[in-house]
Amino acid sequence: MTRPSDRLIGLAILLGAVAFGVAAARLPLPFFSDPMGPRTFPLIVAVVMGLCGLTMVLRPDPDPGWPRGGTLLQLAVAAAVLVGYAYALRPLGFLIPTAVAAAILSWQIEPRPLRALLAGLGLSVGLFVLFRFVLGLGLLAFPREWTDARAPTVAPAAGVEAPDTTDTTLGTGD
Amino acid sequence: MDVVSNLALGFSIALSPWTLTLAVLGCFIGTIVGALPGLGPSNGVALLIPITFTMGLDATAALVLLTAVYYGAMYGGRISSILLNIPGDEPAMMTTLDGYPMAKAGRAGDALVISGVASFVGALLATVALALIAPQLARVAYQFGPAEYFALYLLAFTTLGGVASKNQAKAAFASALGLAIAMIGLDNTSGMPRFTGGELHLADGIDFLVAIVGLFAVSEVFVFIESHGRGSALGVKLEKVTVPWREIWHTRWTMLRCSVVGFVAGVLPGAGASLGSFLTYMMEKSLAGEKGGFGTGVPKGVAAPEAGNNSAAGGALVPMLTLGVPGSGTTAVLLAVLMTLNITPGPTLFAERPEVVWGLIASLLIANVVLLLMNVPLVTIFVRVLSVPPAVLLPGVMMVSFVGIFSLTGSYFDLLLMIAFGVLGWLCRKVDIPTVPIILGILLGNAMEDNLRRAMVLSDGDLGYLFSSPIAIGLWVFAVAGFVAPLFLRPLLRRPSRVTD
Repeated sequence: MTRPSDRLIGLAILLGAVAFGVAAARLPLPFFSDPMGPRTFPLIVAVVMGLCGLTMVLRPDPDPGWPRGGTLLQLAVAAAVLVGYAYALRPLGFLIPTAVAAAILSWQIEPRPLRALLAGLGLSVGLFVLFRFVLGLGLLAFPREWTDARAPTVAPAAGVEAPDTTDTTLGTGD
Repeated sequence: MDVVSNLALGFSIALSPWTLTLAVLGCFIGTIVGALPGLGPSNGVALLIPITFTMGLDATAALVLLTAVYYGAMYGGRISSILLNIPGDEPAMMTTLDGYPMAKAGRAGDALVISGVASFVGALLATVALALIAPQLARVAYQFGPAEYFALYLLAFTTLGGVASKNQAKAAFASALGLAIAMIGLDNTSGMPRFTGGELHLADGIDFLVAIVGLFAVSEVFVFIESHGRGSALGVKLEKVTVPWREIWHTRWTMLRCSVVGFVAGVLPGAGASLGSFLTYMMEKSLAGEKGGFGTGVPKGVAAPEAGNNSAAGGALVPMLTLGVPGSGTTAVLLAVLMTLNITPGPTLFAERPEVVWGLIASLLIANVVLLLMNVPLVTIFVRVLSVPPAVLLPGVMMVSFVGIFSLTGSYFDLLLMIAFGVLGWLCRKVDIPTVPIILGILLGNAMEDNLRRAMVLSDGDLGYLFSSPIAIGLWVFAVAGFVAPLFLRPLLRRPSRVTD
């Protein structure tokens, strides 16, 4: 099989189009009269998409140069870092996840460790200042626990007791 | 004179200190965004959208800021084309052909000044033409019913796929993918969810800003990781910048001709600035003939594409403002801004919100003068920007995308979706599937379906209604021609390859 990438992607598009078409055909019809209904337009889109997929299978372009081993792994790592960053942003605050993620990405673009480290730290602090103080976004700098640990010095006992009461209410609820 | 009184209204808004500040700020950011390879007008504007909202700007202010960035990016793109032989954005590609040879011959300063003046002429004429033509077109647009709008959307997709891409099937697929994504969520007519797979996050549909930032900004990081940021060193030295008056005067007709052609190319829905610079360069090249020396570093060769793409950038605003159909990738992003601000572009915009339209036009006129000042006497400042390494720039782009989208929607799901769109954008770029039609599909999908359904309700299911007016028939003819003609013209329209060292 020559020029496999376009053929494979075309095939995937074709399958996707069929799935989309089937999903469209199964949509419930509204109870009021509507000459076109919710199915027709998605079905047209599915047909167009299917034809495009078929064309790609039959008349593929030359293959692009796909990244191999190491580079592919790098791309996967970058995607994983981004997903991790997305999840870390709220619980861990802005500064630490941003510095780590930016440093990794910087190192991936150009493997110069010292500059990557500086880029991470600089971007993290610089963007925080920009977002928080220039644009007025309500970003947290550090995890909430750290800032909370400093703030409620008034009544530490209450802080300890609070989880207990929630525990008992949960227990009685069961 | 209508135009005069409207412009007076516009200037009364644009000359307020706040609006003026935003316009100047936009010009500055835009020139930087344009100059940096890896950041173009569409992803630059896309990145700024969430920031605009967090700043709490109103419609006029947001539009002034973002269009100033848009115009600025068109100016800035030439800087890296000339100095690095890397187009700062796609429309500036043609500028490398004569700009880089000029720079290598030690005339980088002349090339920057000539192209800067050409950008000014193009953008100025286009903005004046926009002020004159847009209200007329808005009047025509009042006659548009559902059948006409459906045909117009179709025209936008087919010309975008036909003219702007190398492979029709892939461009059409991109449009269909965008339309399919737009179908996700509640059906406007029946109010029932479609294609959500029971996922509650999808019930509202996919936010087009998430898709735009993912496809345009996040994908860029993957591209740079793959290429390891090569080709980022400053290629040529910039000596003292002087103004070559004689050569500028010598290229005056080239600038004027190219502004007209570029504007027309910009007005065509879906074609945009890249087509403008391509057409104008090829036109001037054939007018000059063999003796013109195009490709060896002649002033006309940098003036033509720059006048063309800046003029096309102004032209692309015409269909976006009057019909709600963007003429290019960046105007699609601007349309997304308007839609998010609850402003429906179209003929009613001119009647009901004149302050938005005319404030914008007046700001563009002011921005243009500011840009000329920034890009000719002060160009050395922006040349320094080119030494920002991608290894610092792109992680920054990524973090701004994340914070922007997160502050806008506050949902992890949208962040993951944005990353998914980033991967999709990278994949599309690898196999030459254009991403702008995907955005256009997501933006216009629901309106396109609604108009088709309204047409069918009006005609009780008679398909002939779609071809019942001369305007509709004309649009259908152009739509079909725009898709089919490039199949035959493609061998004639081969892009010249980049200059190699």
